[in-house]
Amino acid sequence: MQSLTLPLLVILGLTITGYFLAKTRALQVAGGDIRKLVSLPKQHALNTVLATAIPPLAAIVLFSLYRRLAEAEGSWLFTLVVIALAVTGFALSLIGIKTESRARTFAERWIMGLLIFASTIAIMTTVGIVFSMLFETFNFFEQYDWRDFFFSANWSPNFRGNSDLGILPLLWGTLYISFIALTFAVPIGLFAAIYLSEYASSRMRSVAKPAIEILAGIPTIVYGLFALVTVGPFLRDYFASPMGLGQSASSVMTAGLVMGIMLIPFVSSLSDDIINAVPQAMRDGSFGLGATKSETIRQVVIPAALPGIVGAILLAASRAIGETMIVVLGAGAAARLSLNPFEAMTTVTVKIVSQLTGDTDFASPETLVAFALGLTLFVITLGLNVFALFIVRKYREQYE
Amino acid sequence: MEDMIQMDRTMSTQQDIKIEAKGVQVYYADNHAIKDVDVNIADKTVTAFIGPSGCGKSTFLRCLNRMNDTIDICRVEGKILLDGEDIYDPKVDPVQLRAKVGMVFQKPNPFPKSIYDNVAYGPKIHGLARNKADLDEIVEQSLRKAALWNEVKDRLNAPGTGMSGGQQQRLCIARAIATAPEVLLMDEPCSALDPIATAQVEELIDELRQSFSVVIVTHSMQQAARVSQKTAFFHLGNLVEFDDTDKIFTNPQDPRTESYISGRIG
Repeated sequence: MQSLTLPLLVILGLTITGYFLAKTRALQVAGGDIRKLVSLPKQHALNTVLATAIPPLAAIVLFSLYRRLAEAEGSWLFTLVVIALAVTGFALSLIGIKTESRARTFAERWIMGLLIFASTIAIMTTVGIVFSMLFETFNFFEQYDWRDFFFSANWSPNFRGNSDLGILPLLWGTLYISFIALTFAVPIGLFAAIYLSEYASSRMRSVAKPAIEILAGIPTIVYGLFALVTVGPFLRDYFASPMGLGQSASSVMTAGLVMGIMLIPFVSSLSDDIINAVPQAMRDGSFGLGATKSETIRQVVIPAALPGIVGAILLAASRAIGETMIVVLGAGAAARLSLNPFEAMTTVTVKIVSQLTGDTDFASPETLVAFALGLTLFVITLGLNVFALFIVRKYREQYE
Repeated sequence: MEDMIQMDRTMSTQQDIKIEAKGVQVYYADNHAIKDVDVNIADKTVTAFIGPSGCGKSTFLRCLNRMNDTIDICRVEGKILLDGEDIYDPKVDPVQLRAKVGMVFQKPNPFPKSIYDNVAYGPKIHGLARNKADLDEIVEQSLRKAALWNEVKDRLNAPGTGMSGGQQQRLCIARAIATAPEVLLMDEPCSALDPIATAQVEELIDELRQSFSVVIVTHSMQQAARVSQKTAFFHLGNLVEFDDTDKIFTNPQDPRTESYISGRIG
């Protein structure tokens, strides 16, 4: 990236010069009378700045995305191209300044182009991630039968080869823990949101809402420690042991509970915003008919906010499915298919990490399985998101 | 025709008093919004509140079913009697009161539910229907009274929010009627409607007078003159004049009323 210093300096210099030059030149062309110009001097200046900066900067971004490809050509050539782009934009836009030239329209187009470029990069990155996973997954399935992967209830990787790599116990762990987490987080988060938006005074709200949102700022590893040191032993000593359900401190319940706490702010904060967005006129209408506050909330406010609330819950679900740290410390790393919530289990994400830590060559099925796991997870969360979108579209109760 | 209306109006003034307000004061924090208002609202009559924007007519209307309770900074003093009972008595449940004193708002605000569920909302909450057939009957009667039945009878399950503005407002009126209120408060019910929808709603208000006492807040003096038998003129939080509608519009006693109806203030 050292080779970029020079072109960046050139671009910076040209834009600054271009800004002032364009202003001066625009006035000059108009003979000092600003009313003769179709576009204002500042618009000519903006147009020059954008025309000078955007093409070379876009080229640099594209270059760094496909770095391996371009390096073969040699960096000096690239530097030249970038500078040439900047100079061309600079010169063309300055020469183009005439009384009747529409710099305003051009500047708007440059800005639109910039925005399109930004969104394209975001989309392309997603596509890139999917493809990189897809290729490795293909490699995996060339070495390992897909039926065994999807339908085997046994997970016992063995780095000397001959391992059982069935996704079912991992998927089960993921879904079980997520289910428990959502069972805790959804009612608590939703009720907290209803309290905050409908009952709490504005002073209470201004204190309580940030306080709940602090939960969202705690790193998940800290939650994991909390699960390991506090919640796990507590559940074992007061619930699992007395009920004869096991002696393990790491359990699905521990991880689910702590993950539930982590998800509360996701559910409550989003739901609160959505409930607040329901127009006051809806509530007035209901109160005016002699409905109580809770009737109004249950029958008018929540139905009107439902699509958003479902969205919030599914976002929380995606978080739960993707969570790793809390599971490692709370539920352990043993792949197991069991209904007992006080038994140690593990999830897909944890196994991805453990398959890829240590000495790895990306050739054996034991490491490549991580990509298959990742892709499966990705498909599941994608499915959840599509489902959420579908729910929102279908049940949207429009209040305007 | 003119005579009949005249007779009608004289009759109505002799009817029982439904709501009696005595020395009502309303404060929004430090702002004294309603100053010492006394007014008697007769049963089976349309009473109009007119006055320039910000004069307190809507605020006063919202006192009559305690809708101001939902605003934290609002404080009401004085007495408002509904059938001789003080509605601000601590023993009175505002929720029950609002079942008796229904309200229609300025902007049509149907719930995002089906037309049927919009109308059935109040009866369901108050347990007015013993079974589905009862409820169907209430919904149909309310929609008929609101002159909406023929337009919607084939699409009762369509969302109420998908109708035109005038239909939405009539749906809101049907919704209010379905709760079987004794008084119907209307806060500028036609201000968001076009002239045709306005005419329909006005016609409806005149019919509602048979069964309810109606109080309507309006910006339009023509509307007050068309639909009401009694008119109250508010100005800067004071009740300036309260009398038969004809009298207010033909022979106002207070110079402020005269300036307002002739368009000099407001």
